[in-house]
Amino acid sequence: MVGKYIQIGERNCLNLGTNNYLGMIENPEIEKSALECLSHYGVGSCGPRGFYGTTEVHLDLEDKLAEYMKCEEAVVYSYGFSTIASAIPAYAKRSDVIFVDEMVNFAIQKGLDASRSQINYFKHNDMEDLERLLMEQADLDRKNPKKAKRTRRFLVAEGIYMNTGLMAPLPKLLELREKYKLRFFLDEAISFGTIGKTGHGLTEHFNIDPSEIDMISGSLENSIGSIGGFCVGSHFIIEHQRLSGLGYCFSASAPPLLMAAAITALDIMQRDPSIFQTLRDNSTFIHSQLSSQLPSDLRVHGHPESVIKHIRLANPSGDKVADEQLLNEIVDK
Amino acid sequence: MRCYCLQNGSVKKEKRRPFIESFEKIPLLTAATTFIGFHLILLMGYITSIIFTPKVAREKNRKGYVPLYDRFESFYSRYVYRRLRDCWNIPICSCPGSEVTLKDRVTHDCGWTFEYTGTRSTALNLGSYNYLGFAQAEGSCSEDSAVKIKELGCATASPRIEFGTQKIHQELEALTAKFVGMEDAITFGMGFATNALNLPSIVSKGCLVVSDEKNHASLILGLRLSGATIDVFKHNNMESLRQVLHSAVIKGQPRSHRPWKKILIVVEGVYSMEGSIVRLPEILELKRQYKAYLYVDEAHSIGAIGRNGRGVVDYFGVDPKEVDILMGTYTKSFGSAGGYIAGSKAFIDHMRVNSHANCYATSMSSSCAQQIISSMKIIMGMDGTNEGKKRINQLARNSRYFRRRLNQMGIITIGNNDSPVVPMMVYMHSKIASVVRRLKTNNIAVVGVGFPATPLMEGRIRFCLSAAHTKEQLDNALVHVEEAADFLGLRYSRKRRSKEPVHYSDSESEVE
Repeated sequence: MVGKYIQIGERNCLNLGTNNYLGMIENPEIEKSALECLSHYGVGSCGPRGFYGTTEVHLDLEDKLAEYMKCEEAVVYSYGFSTIASAIPAYAKRSDVIFVDEMVNFAIQKGLDASRSQINYFKHNDMEDLERLLMEQADLDRKNPKKAKRTRRFLVAEGIYMNTGLMAPLPKLLELREKYKLRFFLDEAISFGTIGKTGHGLTEHFNIDPSEIDMISGSLENSIGSIGGFCVGSHFIIEHQRLSGLGYCFSASAPPLLMAAAITALDIMQRDPSIFQTLRDNSTFIHSQLSSQLPSDLRVHGHPESVIKHIRLANPSGDKVADEQLLNEIVDK
Repeated sequence: MRCYCLQNGSVKKEKRRPFIESFEKIPLLTAATTFIGFHLILLMGYITSIIFTPKVAREKNRKGYVPLYDRFESFYSRYVYRRLRDCWNIPICSCPGSEVTLKDRVTHDCGWTFEYTGTRSTALNLGSYNYLGFAQAEGSCSEDSAVKIKELGCATASPRIEFGTQKIHQELEALTAKFVGMEDAITFGMGFATNALNLPSIVSKGCLVVSDEKNHASLILGLRLSGATIDVFKHNNMESLRQVLHSAVIKGQPRSHRPWKKILIVVEGVYSMEGSIVRLPEILELKRQYKAYLYVDEAHSIGAIGRNGRGVVDYFGVDPKEVDILMGTYTKSFGSAGGYIAGSKAFIDHMRVNSHANCYATSMSSSCAQQIISSMKIIMGMDGTNEGKKRINQLARNSRYFRRRLNQMGIITIGNNDSPVVPMMVYMHSKIASVVRRLKTNNIAVVGVGFPATPLMEGRIRFCLSAAHTKEQLDNALVHVEEAADFLGLRYSRKRRSKEPVHYSDSESEVE
């Protein structure tokens, strides 16, 4: 089992490599509910959601997620990667404009490619650069108001960036969203279940009403320890994905046993909020220790509370191949 | 006639199964009434939208924003789709085997909202993809999966290339490669993602992809993401394919006229909306002639057709290694979830490093992997019984019997006689909903498909046969389908209808 410890060859290693943030994979309650569901539904669901692939377990999970994130509706996908990669093209089309952080994860990049919209990347977590791009777009809109009336504008960011470990400055993003009339999609694949006093993500951390954000997408593969993904938001936004989300309509629904595991994980998260404090303490402890004890040619990157820590070369040589080799040697050792 | 040289030196001759496909054209009067009917629905919808306020969710706190949805899209979903909405997304409360328990719901406001009545009804399941009947909550497959959950947990929370590869994934890949007859295979957690995320690693800008017009959304998405040039040929039409290939080889790339880096033909084994089987021998001939590569998506054909359930290559008796890339999913015939790609060892090694799904997407759950291993072993006869062979034969028998009985009633069914997917043409939107609702009251669960999944005038009811269905269940379903056909006027076929009884057997010489 890939839990706290992981067996690699003969060695039993402490696992700092998988996304099992809340330790749900080894939880016996989750195993029990998955086995119960297996004995009732079998393994596969044998059909897409529209064609007898919707079980009561799927509907339960969607209701629970919507309730947990204090939003009106939730939609569940069968694979974490497909969630944001199907959600973005469901709304953004060829004539639209998307403003996105340059360090977004690969799944978001695929979603952006599939949307065929005009993509404007702003420097990582740099709100001034984003504002500059927004002002340029506003100028273009003033010159061509007819086109501007038909062009939808989106803003996509991640709660905690997989590629850097830093947190998005949510209040400032929402300010810009309000000012320039953008639709804001936040991908909380990593921050869901890890950030916030009770694991509700960035909205709890910054004390913001979730309805300010048009759509929050998350993953069931990280904190929850199952497989799949979800999007939460208002009825108006989420209902659309049930007909236009490619990964939802044209793919078989998730195996019910994995959904049952996710429901149990959510119950545990609601029942026992102390796990989030433990996780936060671990993250900040590791961050402070790494910052002080790493040798001078290595540095730790990432927000202190982030579960993702990047260790980078303090002075990269510029030669990517040589740097990678050096990092590989460190990893092997 | 096919000749096999057996190991003892003797020669076995086998009659090649005839390739019988039918795509009867829509009668002119029906085409006219379908066209008028659809526009009547649009007109009624338009009038309703003016008189009544729609009971839809409205956007709050977004004044001054550009509208999120296109007007026609909103209109279609509110006034056309909504009227028939009760036919889809029906929740189930049991395993989707040969019978399924549906959660009853009613609508008191013409489809805007639903209310659960609290009751459940059991129906014959002709809608789920359960070709070999492995959607079972009991049995050796489920027991093995349960053991694996206890041993390995539900998930790995890591992509394959990091720490997501467990021994069971390697076992599954080796078994899949053996099953399809290729050197090596690689597996992924989702069938849709298998196409969408791997095609970009196979073709790129400067390559030409020749794709069938009825290919699945996942193939189209994968090809679009790859950046390759896409040329479409008419569905299963070899002359159209030949012309496209010929023109591509002669003209080369659009502006520079340089030869294409590579040409990839992308087809499916069994097309789930048309029920047709790909003409593999002819495509292989064209592929050899024009030096193109071939990618076959066997989502609906693996396990479902072929003497040994090995898909289209088995069905046509060709060497699997002649097809460059075989892709399939585990959802339909194996009762699990996920997909695979099989090919030569060099190709799969390339995919292990370059596949987007391998590098960024989570690995398959161990319970799903074990379900596939157990069911695959049964199909291959590795469990020591002939359970697999029985299921394959039962499915073939069910498919042929059902289709012949429908044809005898005068109902137009399209596609190949051997395909486990039987689309029954009803053409009109209103008839799709009427048939689904009527059959549901008779405890038969079916699936109706219309625009935009199919062309506008070609609404159909799609029956998915299963090895778990018995003759009695099919006969019962056929009685109710015949009643519906009489009530709604579905006997469109103008072919001669035979009055001889249709036999439920493996014999090829059944009366047409």
